Amino acid sequence: MSASEKLPLDLDALYRDSSVGASLEALERELIGLAPVKQRVREIAALLLVEKLRRSIGLQAAAPPLHMSFTGNPGTGKTTVAMKMASILHGLGYVRKGHLVAVTRDDLVGQYIGHTAPKTKEVLKRAMGGVLFIDEAYYLYRPENERDYGQEAIEILLQVMENQRDDLVVIFAGYKDRMDRFFASNPGMASRVAHHIDFPDYSEEELFAIAGLMLERMQYVLSEAAARALREYVALRKAQPHFANARSIRNALDRARLRQASRLFERRGGPLTPEMLSAIEDEDIRGSRVFNGAESRK
Amino acid sequence: MMTNHGNRLTQGQFSYLPDLTDAQITAQLEYALKNGWAVGIEYTDDPHPRNTYWEMHGIPMFDLKDPAGILMEINACRKTFPNHYVRVTAFDSTRGVESPRMSYLVNRPKREPGFRVVREERDGRNVGYTIHSYATDKPEGERY
Repeated sequence: MSASEKLPLDLDALYRDSSVGASLEALERELIGLAPVKQRVREIAALLLVEKLRRSIGLQAAAPPLHMSFTGNPGTGKTTVAMKMASILHGLGYVRKGHLVAVTRDDLVGQYIGHTAPKTKEVLKRAMGGVLFIDEAYYLYRPENERDYGQEAIEILLQVMENQRDDLVVIFAGYKDRMDRFFASNPGMASRVAHHIDFPDYSEEELFAIAGLMLERMQYVLSEAAARALREYVALRKAQPHFANARSIRNALDRARLRQASRLFERRGGPLTPEMLSAIEDEDIRGSRVFNGAESRK
Repeated sequence: MMTNHGNRLTQGQFSYLPDLTDAQITAQLEYALKNGWAVGIEYTDDPHPRNTYWEMHGIPMFDLKDPAGILMEINACRKTFPNHYVRVTAFDSTRGVESPRMSYLVNRPKREPGFRVVREERDGRNVGYTIHSYATDKPEGERY
């Protein structure tokens, strides 16, 4: 934190006392790429630390507005960052419990008149003291159906977001273009969301690094040929439709594990070492239909 | 109850103390949530001690982490029924317990007329005693 040099005594002590440092480090270590997102999260954390310090010496410090909007394509880490955000806010004491409640339209909007308000309030009550994460928030607003109950949920959300800012933080998430339209048609909502964070797509290099991290966590090892195959796979998969960034990579690795298991199973009876159990080979990756598709198209 | 100074209803926990402040209520709710009890809000305008089942204000709240949501409901109930008795109950669903662990008043009418003794002449000059709330002489909704 660069500001800590100017105020070494207080700010640094505050930074060390809160668990923010650990959360930020975890964010840095566990998430590959996402430079603009990390930058914004650090900025928000710095702002909150300074606000806290200002309050401690009696300067005017209104609770900063913390509602956020995370936009980006699927699999770019919105939920993961939201969870980290909850623990950062908890470390700074801006939310009391620091849990994350992830919901979609179905959890907020009811099916008949009078059903929506209790449902939305129920979710809000559960999220109090923590962070409410609304995935694909634009589905709440359906202009094509004027009798849609989504508007009712939005109004209750707005009311609580405004009146009980100390009690919960709301994060809206979804595709960039649709979220922009959602905010454009709900000006009240747009003005109450202070931080708009855009999640960029991962580059091939980053996706490969993510795969490495995932395999490490699952305790698998890529052989050299398999690593080459995985690089090719990432490039091919990225060009295909329905590519969901890190999620697609995770699915690919899950399928590779499946093929590895069946390969080992077919050769049962032969010698089997602990290394073989955790090794993912070239053929496990190349068995994917992504490669078939590429060849047949050629 | 009848000899109660100031005619204050004394039912549930803390009822001999001054009314709890919101901060104190929050602290009690925190305790209930920490133990994993489901908190419900109930109201009535018939505070007879044998009237066990009060009207429920919404369903009991499960899976809550923070008392702020419950306090929001308490305030909503107070706003709807400013002159009713409102109480908070914490239900322990542990197998073998399955009953309320906490119950305390969070709202009471401005004027509490209290109770009187009713004596009933029975066979053989026996006397039966019961108590009767002055407020319940009026129809529901006009009592306080």
